[in-house]
Amino acid sequence: MAKHNIGYFFREGMSNMFSHGFMSFAAIGITVACLLIMGTFSLVAVNADAQLKTLESENEVLAFVNEDYTEDQAKGLQSELENLSNVASVQYISKEDAMASFQAQYPDEQMFQNNLKPEIFRDRYAVHLKDLHLTKETVAALKDVEGIDDVNAYEEISNGFITVRNIATVVCVALILILFVVSIFIISNTIKLTTFDRREEIAIMRMVGATNGFIRWPFVYEGFMLGLLGAVISFFLQWALYEAVARGVATNDTLQLIHIVSFEQLWVPVAAVFGGTGILIGVGGSLSAIRKFLKA
Amino acid sequence: MIRLTDVEMEYENGTDAIRGITLNIADGEFVFLVGPSGSGKSTIINLLTGELIPSAGRIMVNGFAVSTISGKQLPLMRRTLGVIFQDFRLIEKKTVYDNLSFVMRAVGASPKEIRKRIPYVLELVGLKDKALCHPTELSGGEQQRVAIARALVNNPTTIIADEPTGNLDPDRSLELMRLLIRINELGATVVIVTHEKELVNRFEKRVVTIDGGKIISDQIGGYVGGTIHG
Repeated sequence: MAKHNIGYFFREGMSNMFSHGFMSFAAIGITVACLLIMGTFSLVAVNADAQLKTLESENEVLAFVNEDYTEDQAKGLQSELENLSNVASVQYISKEDAMASFQAQYPDEQMFQNNLKPEIFRDRYAVHLKDLHLTKETVAALKDVEGIDDVNAYEEISNGFITVRNIATVVCVALILILFVVSIFIISNTIKLTTFDRREEIAIMRMVGATNGFIRWPFVYEGFMLGLLGAVISFFLQWALYEAVARGVATNDTLQLIHIVSFEQLWVPVAAVFGGTGILIGVGGSLSAIRKFLKA
Repeated sequence: MIRLTDVEMEYENGTDAIRGITLNIADGEFVFLVGPSGSGKSTIINLLTGELIPSAGRIMVNGFAVSTISGKQLPLMRRTLGVIFQDFRLIEKKTVYDNLSFVMRAVGASPKEIRKRIPYVLELVGLKDKALCHPTELSGGEQQRVAIARALVNNPTTIIADEPTGNLDPDRSLELMRLLIRINELGATVVIVTHEKELVNRFEKRVVTIDGGKIISDQIGGYVGGTIHG
């Protein structure tokens, strides 16, 4: 592309965009809506994933040692437990520590504070897992270790989190695909109007020997600008929406446990994905619209 | 140079528009292509410009084998042609100057070349003072001269005019024809499709008459056969 044509293509693209103000507005609007819905679901998925990773890192399975084992024998199981696959770390908890921890949970219960003896607790290991998906297999492996009597795992809870994340991901991907196609369709139709308006001009350009590339560029610019404008608007709306939701969660007592990833950590990928998707939608739509005019 | 060898054109609906035409037009020639409606004149124009691909035969236009031309070569071939239409086909929202500059830009001319070439071409067609007018502000004859300027602006070797005087009165038609003859004298090959009998007879030029998809006469001055119907 010759340098002196870039300004021309840009001006033509802008002129095309303004000549169909309403359709351009609709195309930008649908792009904003699509990106916003896509972005919101993606950010929900990102936060759910971050939440799960936190839970995974905190997730512990309690492996109770046989009551007949002495403290030394119980401590001797540590290396064997550490060597099991999917075990991130193990921490030995003596009967005394277990009792102290229990009492700490009920500081106002005098009965627990005064009448308990360490012997009613068992030595145990807090086992941290690498991957929650493999909880069932790891629990079975722990139970197979000689000296481990029982394993207390919160499989249902971890499976629940996995289900939530999987559903969020599937919904997100499905929505992205549907909205992507809808956006391309709308932008393509907007640009089809422009190409229809300029069909005579296109025919003359072809007749005088303009290459398909030359004819295509103004429409590509138009699609590019529609997509980019949609992306910029949706980015700032997404930012405002995200901050509002984050503030809402932070000030709500019942949602205190949920940790929202700050937008400062996310704005670069969000801007890149919005910009890339907007441009892809715009350029894809314009190429699809102009295709039939360029058949020789 | 234009060379059609045993060219046949059958449309998808089964119509035989061209039936074995062989025609040579040398560089710098001035040729009238005449014939009744449906005789195949417009089909020949469309074949020469690469809008249609012949069912059989070979077409050479200015060194390009149009019958087998690739998509990449087609624009290059078209740059050797300047096409003029009966309905002018000017872009109304552009000025006369912009109507010419955009076709120069379309073939990659620089702004400097555009600034230099357009005044020259407008002067050639007698419209130097109308550069900033819109086509709707011009008469039919002036609009057709803009169309001729547009056909000339990229300096093609061949001008093809499809019924260029169809929308003009006799005086304007004669004026336009003289302009095309002058362009021919400057070196361009000119092929004019027309059914203006009196106009054709007024000039001692080569006249190729087509009827029923075949050439029925090819001679200097006038045509043979019956009346030519639009």
